Amino acid sequence: MAACMLSFYHMPEETIASFSVRRLAVLDEKGNIDESLMPPLSDGEIKRLYETMVLARTFDQRALSLQREGRIGTYAPIAGQEATQVGSALALEKSDWVFPTFRENGVYIAVGHPPHMILQYWGGDERGLKIAEDLHIFPVSIPVGTHIPHAVGAAMAAKYRGDKIGVIAYFGDGGTSEGDFHEALNFAGVFKAPVVFICENNQWAISVPREKQTAAKTIAQKAVAYGFEGIQIDGNDIFAVYKATKDALAKAKRGDGPTLIESYTYRMSDHTTADDASRYRTKEEVEAWLPKDPILRVKLFMEKKGLWSDEYQKDLEAKTKAAVDEAERKAEAVEHAGPRDMFAYTYGKITGRQRKELEDF
Amino acid sequence: MPQLNMVQAINLALREEMERDGDVVVLGEDVGKNGGVFRITEGLQTQFGPERVMDTPLAESGIVGASIGMAAYGLKPVAEIQFLGFIYPAVDQISNHAARLRSRSRGRYTCPLVIRTPYGAGIRAPEHHSESCEAIFCHMPGIKVVMPSSPYYAKGLLLSSIRDPDPVIFLESTRLYRLMKEDVPEGEYVVPLEQARVVQEGKDVTVISWGFMLHRTLQAVEGFDAEVIDLMTLNPFDEETVYKSVRKTGRVVIVCEAPKTGSFASELSASLAEEMMLHLKAPIARVASYDVVLPLPKLEDYYMPGTERIRKALAEAMKY
Ligand SMILES: Cc1ncc(C[n+]2csc(CCOP(=O)(O)OP(=O)(O)O)c2C)c(N)n1
Ligand SMILES: [Mg+2]
Repeated sequence: MAACMLSFYHMPEETIASFSVRRLAVLDEKGNIDESLMPPLSDGEIKRLYETMVLARTFDQRALSLQREGRIGTYAPIAGQEATQVGSALALEKSDWVFPTFRENGVYIAVGHPPHMILQYWGGDERGLKIAEDLHIFPVSIPVGTHIPHAVGAAMAAKYRGDKIGVIAYFGDGGTSEGDFHEALNFAGVFKAPVVFICENNQWAISVPREKQTAAKTIAQKAVAYGFEGIQIDGNDIFAVYKATKDALAKAKRGDGPTLIESYTYRMSDHTTADDASRYRTKEEVEAWLPKDPILRVKLFMEKKGLWSDEYQKDLEAKTKAAVDEAERKAEAVEHAGPRDMFAYTYGKITGRQRKELEDF
Repeated sequence: MPQLNMVQAINLALREEMERDGDVVVLGEDVGKNGGVFRITEGLQTQFGPERVMDTPLAESGIVGASIGMAAYGLKPVAEIQFLGFIYPAVDQISNHAARLRSRSRGRYTCPLVIRTPYGAGIRAPEHHSESCEAIFCHMPGIKVVMPSSPYYAKGLLLSSIRDPDPVIFLESTRLYRLMKEDVPEGEYVVPLEQARVVQEGKDVTVISWGFMLHRTLQAVEGFDAEVIDLMTLNPFDEETVYKSVRKTGRVVIVCEAPKTGSFASELSASLAEEMMLHLKAPIARVASYDVVLPLPKLEDYYMPGTERIRKALAEAMKY
């Protein structure tokens, strides 16, 4: 009987995948830029970025005071996130599509949805979400994360039709925990959809801090698992936001697939007007973000370039205030829709039962 | 005896049951440090620690799915879904797993979990914060659906729900949270599931309701000799109490907050038509919300049944 022969093979463990995550910043807190990274922007375009951020902030402050006076309902402020929202939205072309959340008023304003309609919506009137025919921005998604696959689907449809457009989906850090976020990224990778995922990582999902949302070091790296690039950017640096978004949209339109952009920023206000953030985060933490203000650093930059003066600022503030006054006036002048409006859009055609129900009015 | 509102009563129920039973754990979005967006779980994390009162990632399917695993392992999880309108990502977990685990394993595994979630319109909330889709869960054999109408009953029903061997959806009206206070005993008392209560006796017409709508109903019945029933558990519902009343009055009005088509009022109405037809003097009436997408605050008062609509249905029934 032959002796049992044991052979020993050498099977070394090897690393078969590894990854790294890039972080992009162009403009620092003091208003200095890295020329080599600065996107090509004319003086006029730089002013437009700045002025739109100022408008978004002024609008936001007004909405908060209208809420306090009981003139609109619960409101989700954007303070601190103006660069992320305005910088990415102004990188869009008119034909691109956008899928926002409930905290994207800066995006709506930048793409040209009338501010009075935004107030109308938060005042409890659905007609404020009726988007103009030539704008391709979806209505606010209040369900967190579940709108992200829609962006992928729209991108797949554009690819199918051969339309050279890009699509942006916005969502928060909290949104990355929903299953639909992962399904959306997976679809985008598999179908090489021309979509850009912009995660506004504002460090909080109501009271849950970013590190309790995911054990991963960055949100950007989640793209790696789905086969495409994720990049982290300084979300309070509008030039970085603009550049990363432009590049990602160009890549999408070239047919090179999706990108995840983690825009690292901070929610300076309460989650909404129904929240009290002092229950779960410290004043010190909020104050540490004050010098990183997204508007302040552009002002410092413009000042160095001779694009900013006290007079310019005064003019701008007067113009902005007038625009927000006008939005408030228009929103409040809108006639009440009346109960029949509830029935008008449930289906393309009113049903028999609805017609009967309408007799109550 | 302390006078408590519904928020405090539910908080007390959770606290006392956690003190009694180390297997009860609480999980959900913002339930720990923040004490829940309605403060229902306030103070629980401080008292019982973050291992027992867990702030979860923002994922409803994850919350319910993990709760099912915990329940099967032997714990008694009480999961919070922040608003009923956000429960939909978890519906697969509820319907395909929680509802069926006992049946699919022929009793080897069970799923004693509670999903608490605020529901209902009328608080001027943003979109998706006002749903009343209880009927969906009544259409899942294996799931019990409980809807308390006051602080006292909320506490007693929640204790029964936590101790129940099967999964329970426990729906709390946001409108009722701070609407009223009543005597809520400290310590143990339970209000049994699957039992309705006669809130007010009457001879002419039976009015059935649950949750917030019970209070509208009680206002509306003034001037009618109405017997008012608070259903409390929707599925399985207390047929005996309901039929006994209908046998007496011969008239029924059902008041619910959900849109009429496919609502739980429809199930009650169908059951009454099957069982009580020969006792009825008048057609069964459902007073429900309209069959439209739930409107934003500017229109929500038109949407929900008001006392006028309930009174109209009562007057109509009394014509027979
Ligand atoms: C599916 C779903 N679950 C829960 C909620 C309640 N909710 C609204 S916003 C929010 C936190 C969102 O955090 P994040 O995604 O980081 O966005 P941010 O609010 O910071 O902009 C929660 C839990 C919701 N709207 N949708
Ligand atoms: Mg966030």
